[in-house]
Amino acid sequence: MDWTWLHRFGSPPHLYGLAGTLVPWLAWPAALAIAAGLYGGLVLAPPDYQQGDGFRIIYVHAPSAWLSLMAYTWMAVAAGIGLIWRMKVAHAVAASCAPVGAWFTVAALCTGMLWGKPMWGTYWAWDPRLTAELVLLFLYLGYLGLRSAIEDPQRADRASAVLAVVGVVNVPIVRYSVEWWNSIHQAPSVMKFGKPSISWPMLTPLLIMFVGFTLLFVALVLVRVRGEILRRERQARWVAEVVTV
Amino acid sequence: MSGTWRAARWVIERDLRLAFRNRGQLLHPLLFFAIVTTLFPLALTPEPSRLRDVAPAVLWVGALLSSLLAIEFLYREDAQDGTLEQFALSGRSLTWLLFAKTASHWLLAGLPLALMSPVAAYGLAVPPAAMPGIVASVALGTIALSLLGAVSAGLTIGVRRGGALLSLLTLPLAVPLLIFGAQATARAIEGGNMAAPMYFLGAFAVLGVTLAPLAAAAAVRISLE
Repeated sequence: MDWTWLHRFGSPPHLYGLAGTLVPWLAWPAALAIAAGLYGGLVLAPPDYQQGDGFRIIYVHAPSAWLSLMAYTWMAVAAGIGLIWRMKVAHAVAASCAPVGAWFTVAALCTGMLWGKPMWGTYWAWDPRLTAELVLLFLYLGYLGLRSAIEDPQRADRASAVLAVVGVVNVPIVRYSVEWWNSIHQAPSVMKFGKPSISWPMLTPLLIMFVGFTLLFVALVLVRVRGEILRRERQARWVAEVVTV
Repeated sequence: MSGTWRAARWVIERDLRLAFRNRGQLLHPLLFFAIVTTLFPLALTPEPSRLRDVAPAVLWVGALLSSLLAIEFLYREDAQDGTLEQFALSGRSLTWLLFAKTASHWLLAGLPLALMSPVAAYGLAVPPAAMPGIVASVALGTIALSLLGAVSAGLTIGVRRGGALLSLLTLPLAVPLLIFGAQATARAIEGGNMAAPMYFLGAFAVLGVTLAPLAAAAAVRISLE
């Protein structure tokens, strides 16, 4: 089998250029989709018969929560590729996923808490999903902490990659044990988000927001990957050529 | 094959001998555990019924933190005097040698903690009938905890002020152990059936034995580069 495409993908100047080409093609559709999704969700969708307008935060909350998990998976996959095939570019991708994913986790936590105040009467209720999200944030912070604590960049790459792979094995275990933990402490007294079948006028903007947030995430990661590549390759001649032009 | 076994036995014997020649280091995490569990009645209330309610949480959080204290020493001296490098160069499987090292660490830290937990539990007004269950749950839970710590300690070898980082790396991953460990202890105190949480702790221990030494060897190799 011909593997040259993979090797070209792994070459920093090639990926730098490719990411630069792709970013506008992702960022503009992301902006459009998010604008359309927000208009649909905040204006067009009817208020919920129980939650009133309060449910509308789902249009930011659910995509953020989805991306917080997806970013971790991407980070672990990129880290695994970097560990196995010693691909420097893959480590740059993993390093770029982490801060973006951590901020999406923060967004999911904050919007979840804002929703909880009117619905549960408190910002924090140890809801299993919120708790799992908080543990995920700690995992991101541990990854970023390990990366910044090791001075040698290659060692930092490889050590944090092992952590990301160990973490991704643990994320489902943490998630399900937290759900089990809460179910033995109290009956699910809170209404479950998304469980009641959601009507089409409410669901369509949500799906558009999912698409928009995912495109936004990829665009943000690619912008960061470009920065990471420039930082890592700053001694290389092609960087000097790219930067001076 | 026999050479592999001999290497593991040699690692365990060496660790035990070194530990018994330097008993202070062995005792510090246990003293820490004793002191932390003493602080709770002082901070909360000496009333037995309330202490019994919080006993599983106090015992498990105390056990978790003192294991973390102990795991910091797992590789430190061996990394400083070059023993770990000799392990990596010895031609034997580093995975296997580190597994032996983690086993001796559990014998020196996890098992004593489990044996000491009834004393702390008695101070928290736990009825004596619950003690065997508590010892079993702490012993089982610390197996997985030692293995998890072997990975994160491997990642932080040679990192300055690695202690705080080690807790940041280990504690989120130890959440399932805390949940099921405290659950098992609570069931033991109520006199209920502890089978379900014990099965989970056992499953984590098996998963740890299977995967953690591989990850620990990868982590140590990277740290030695």
